[in-house]
Amino acid sequence: MKKIEAIIRPGKLDEIQNALAAAEILGITVTHALGFGRQKGYTQIYRGQEVTTHLLPKIKLEIVTADEKAEEVIAIIVKNARTGQVGDGKIFVQNVDEVVRIRTGEQGEQAI
Amino acid sequence: MKLNLNKGLLSKATLLIVITLILLAIPAVALADGPTVESNAVAIDTVWVLVTGFLVFFMQAGFAMVETGFTRAKNAGNIIMKNLMDFAVGSLIYWAIGFAIMFGVDYAELFGTTGFGTTGTFEHLGLSIPIWAFLLFQTVFAATAATIVSGAMAERTKFVSYIIYSVVISALIYPVVGHWIWGGGWLQQRGMIDFAGSTVVHSVGGWAALIGALLIGPRIGKYGKDGKATAIPGHNITLGALGVFILWFGWFGFNPGSTLSGTTADIGKIAVNTNLAAAAGATMTMIFTWLKYKKPDVSLTLNGALAGLVAITAGCNAVSPSGAAIIGALAGILVVLSVAFIDNVLKIDDPVGAISVHGVCGAFGTAMVGFFAVDGGLLYGGGAALLITQIIGIASVFAWTAGTALILFGIIKVTIGLRVTAEEELIGLDIGEHGMEAYAGFEMKAPSVNL
Repeated sequence: MKKIEAIIRPGKLDEIQNALAAAEILGITVTHALGFGRQKGYTQIYRGQEVTTHLLPKIKLEIVTADEKAEEVIAIIVKNARTGQVGDGKIFVQNVDEVVRIRTGEQGEQAI
Repeated sequence: MKLNLNKGLLSKATLLIVITLILLAIPAVALADGPTVESNAVAIDTVWVLVTGFLVFFMQAGFAMVETGFTRAKNAGNIIMKNLMDFAVGSLIYWAIGFAIMFGVDYAELFGTTGFGTTGTFEHLGLSIPIWAFLLFQTVFAATAATIVSGAMAERTKFVSYIIYSVVISALIYPVVGHWIWGGGWLQQRGMIDFAGSTVVHSVGGWAALIGALLIGPRIGKYGKDGKATAIPGHNITLGALGVFILWFGWFGFNPGSTLSGTTADIGKIAVNTNLAAAAGATMTMIFTWLKYKKPDVSLTLNGALAGLVAITAGCNAVSPSGAAIIGALAGILVVLSVAFIDNVLKIDDPVGAISVHGVCGAFGTAMVGFFAVDGGLLYGGGAALLITQIIGIASVFAWTAGTALILFGIIKVTIGLRVTAEEELIGLDIGEHGMEAYAGFEMKAPSVNL
């Protein structure tokens, strides 16, 4: 089982969610995040003092899937999140040791 | 059955008619004294003073929203509490002590000596309205002066220390100035013009704020190791804007109400002067920050409206509408320069610009009366006499206010302390001083974790 962690632009969330739903991939966790990779921050002026903001608003998605589905999920995210500009984001893939469905106690791939 | 009911009704009706006839036989009830022209005028004046006083009361909400909007979420409950108690404690103390010092029978043209807790007579004031309406009106003015300081000292002042300051300014510091200029004191005798209180109310608050902010020191993180100022953005500029609009609205009570008379023809002109100054202040600040900082600054422009309002408060009855607009516009520029000067040169941390808006622009507006007063102003051929009186007033009020504030804040500082601990300042005063969070359940953390 794989956990796919994606940092994306906030505006791209809806498209990705719709595409995942269309591909019948269910289950997602979304968090607000702040960060940057190579993207430059921006400068504000507040009451005459310059403030440079480096941490930029992003959205983090976490999706756990069966090994065979991982490529499909990554492709969907990349296709819908890409704009071609610096700041599109990154995807990290990790192995998942165990998954448990709390309601029934099921474990393993059936619990995804 | 039907017969019985009718009998009961009939006897009740008869009783009612008999009682009415007896009452009408008493002349006082039948023919009550009608209103006279004089009593109507007093009634109009009384209603006017009360209603404008209620508007000025509403400015407390304005101050609260500006101060909380321009500061961080973790301190919001504390700012609200300070503003709330400025008015609550101030109302009590001013009624008990301050009003007497301000308007009691005069001693040596320096302070009043009678009327504590509104006892005794106030005939020496020659009021046409009941003393109660006048007291309420003066109370809300006193509360305005007191609440200015909480903004300049926001985010790092111990709550108990602030309460002590609030008591003293309402009991003593403000009333003495009020006596000098409105209560029969020496500046009034000299002919100083401060119609609604650019000096009495706003500069007193502003100079107390200056000393308080100076003695307490800047917020943690405001100045870097090299002494360079950084920005600590407010958490809700929309609340700040709401506050400014409420203040602007309340000022339509502050200035026109100071006629103490709704039958005065001037109230319309005063209201127009007030509005033009505010509008000119906001517009000039917008233009000036657009040029100076490349973009029109929202929070400074909000301050600009207030700067215009503060500046016109002294001369709202004495200047022409074009004079009011010019004074407001100049205040709009001055406030931006003053904020930058206090921030970068004096290195005094004033989160909301209270010192610049109320102290600097209050003094400025008072001085401008010396130029723009249609009756006696320098630009209208009146010579320099009024201008000199205005400047003497500004300087002496500065000396008194700064001096007493220095002693007051100094004593507090060396005894119970002015400032919260560094640890508390970082967690937030809501938790530290009040054991609660104004924004319980909300995530309102700045991207920079240290602030």
